Amino acid sequence: MTTLARVKGYRPQQRHLPILATMALLIGAYIFGASSYEAFGSGQVILDLFINNAFLLVVAVGMTFVILTGGIDLSVGSVVALSTVISGDLLQKHGWPAYAAIAVVLVVGALLGAGMGALIHFFEIQPFIATLIGMFFARGLCYTITTEAYSIDNATIATLAQTQIPLGDELHISISVVVALVVVAAAAYVLAFTRFGRTVYSIGGNAQSAMLMGLKTGRTKIAVYTISGVCSALGGLLLVLYKSSGDPLNGVGLELTAIAAVVIGGTILTGGSGYVLGTVLGIMVLGIIQTLITFDGTLNSWWTSIITGALLFVFIVLQRLVTRRTR
Amino acid sequence: MKALTKQRLFWPVVALLVLLLGDLIASPSFFKIELRDVHLYGNVIDILKNGAPLILIAIGMTLVIATRGIDLSVGAVVAISGALACLWISDNPDGVGTTLIAFGLALGLSLLLGVWNGWLVAALGIQPIIATLILMVAGRGIAQLISDGQIITVNSHSFEWIGSGYLFTLPGAILIALAVFVLASVLVRRSALGLLVEAVGGNPEASRLAGLRSARLTWLVYVFCALCAGIAGLMISANVHSADANHAGLFIELDAILAVVVGGTQLTGGRFSLGGSVIGALLIQTLTTTVNALGIPPESIMLFKAIVVLVVCLLLSPAFRRKFRRRRSPQAGPSAATPAPEKVEVTA
Repeated sequence: MTTLARVKGYRPQQRHLPILATMALLIGAYIFGASSYEAFGSGQVILDLFINNAFLLVVAVGMTFVILTGGIDLSVGSVVALSTVISGDLLQKHGWPAYAAIAVVLVVGALLGAGMGALIHFFEIQPFIATLIGMFFARGLCYTITTEAYSIDNATIATLAQTQIPLGDELHISISVVVALVVVAAAAYVLAFTRFGRTVYSIGGNAQSAMLMGLKTGRTKIAVYTISGVCSALGGLLLVLYKSSGDPLNGVGLELTAIAAVVIGGTILTGGSGYVLGTVLGIMVLGIIQTLITFDGTLNSWWTSIITGALLFVFIVLQRLVTRRTR
Repeated sequence: MKALTKQRLFWPVVALLVLLLGDLIASPSFFKIELRDVHLYGNVIDILKNGAPLILIAIGMTLVIATRGIDLSVGAVVAISGALACLWISDNPDGVGTTLIAFGLALGLSLLLGVWNGWLVAALGIQPIIATLILMVAGRGIAQLISDGQIITVNSHSFEWIGSGYLFTLPGAILIALAVFVLASVLVRRSALGLLVEAVGGNPEASRLAGLRSARLTWLVYVFCALCAGIAGLMISANVHSADANHAGLFIELDAILAVVVGGTQLTGGRFSLGGSVIGALLIQTLTTTVNALGIPPESIMLFKAIVVLVVCLLLSPAFRRKFRRRRSPQAGPSAATPAPEKVEVTA
């Protein structure tokens, strides 16, 4: 792909390379899948990638904000679980109307995120540790609320979950996908075109300089963790739509999946460089790995994790080689 | 007093003592130690014995973190090492020879896994968190492959020693952890190794330009960390007489990283403290033992842990102490608020 680009006299910008590499690999994986399995080629497979990973996409968008500032948020998996548990508790046990429950969940997510941001900003606790505490705290709250999974059968939730939006012939997406894409678009706009977005990048580039330039670094830091908290809560709500259950065991290890997606999408963990679009591609990469394994269908659970690791390795190394060669 | 509070290990030790004091108040028999058949028993001994694997991993993790890295795969290495050792012992006649070969195999494989991690980070230049994530994901699968998806139960007296045996009335596991700690401390502080590791963590590019072989050093710390995890894996599986590929060492990477940070090593690399990490690991193990000894209901354990860790981290945070001090004595002025630059410690 890169040689082709050079022949035409077009050289992609250095900072776009990781995204282009990921996109090329994604297309390669899709072509491989389509040539190996007949059903893989249908457009619905791609749409299903979005449908199955909508909640993860929203979580990863929040994570992108945090990682762009050079931070990390390990609490997202637990906040997702907490959101599903709170939804289950309010809807099933207390019979709340769906929209009230949704509002409460989002507020709780925002408060948790802001709390972690405050720990990081005011008390200079390292993000890894502050959000690790948040992870234990949110998971602990889940178990305190319930030790068993709620099965959610609220009418509004069921309607939201089952509504299918048709796209042309025989293709459809769910409401979750629309929500996820709106979140992606909003995040991309905020990061690219607002003062807040530029502050996020400059903190990741060099927090000291950003502060000396008079940017509101403290406020921005707290804001990105709040955004991540809200995104995780929203992700939890989408998971409720997807699974119709509020389980304290939901989203175990989700934080690492989200971080992996962000990094595969070309965002650097030290911050300051990366795009939301890359995160979308990162989620697609992880999703297509899962889909390939599902289509194969012969792998038992331990081979699944070995192959996932191996494919992750191939993707990361190829991306690394592509970006290195053109440097 | 001022010199004492300036010591890097002061606040972690205070946190540990406060937690132990809390235990003493909540349960006066917490510190009872019994001597039974020349073996010591009691909660404190339990903390040391059960904390040994975490101490080992925290020591390995400290060096990795000092080079600005992180190793998420230690839990998977724990599972793989335990699975391989148990597989070998269950397939061969019981005896000291079999156990030693099993140890050799498990640690050899752990070394290889460390080489793999080091290769990804040092040679390919992949970000450590992602590089080790690969083995974290695949490693559980490898462990299940070794154990064929079963929990392998073993009944070997010599193997159990490393987990629950005694030597000189003390648990063998803690003596091994102590030996590794002393060895690592001597290696890094009585030679230039520690300084070089700190240099690589402080600024990898600058240290490379200064003529350090940063790549080789980075490689070395991942191998060492995997080896520590391998030994810990042997202890954990010997302790329960079996290898559980799914649950052995689950989330131990998070506990280890927490231990390292509580012990005063920054995740941004550079200066590190092995002693601090050991204290951090003891702190976390004390917390677990406390939860069990006080009979806190299982569903509240995580919440309890979160709150205690939060308090400890606030106590350790210079910014928090500064704000607290200023509020208490407003006349202290700005000179008290800005801490004097700490002197660089070279001794362990």
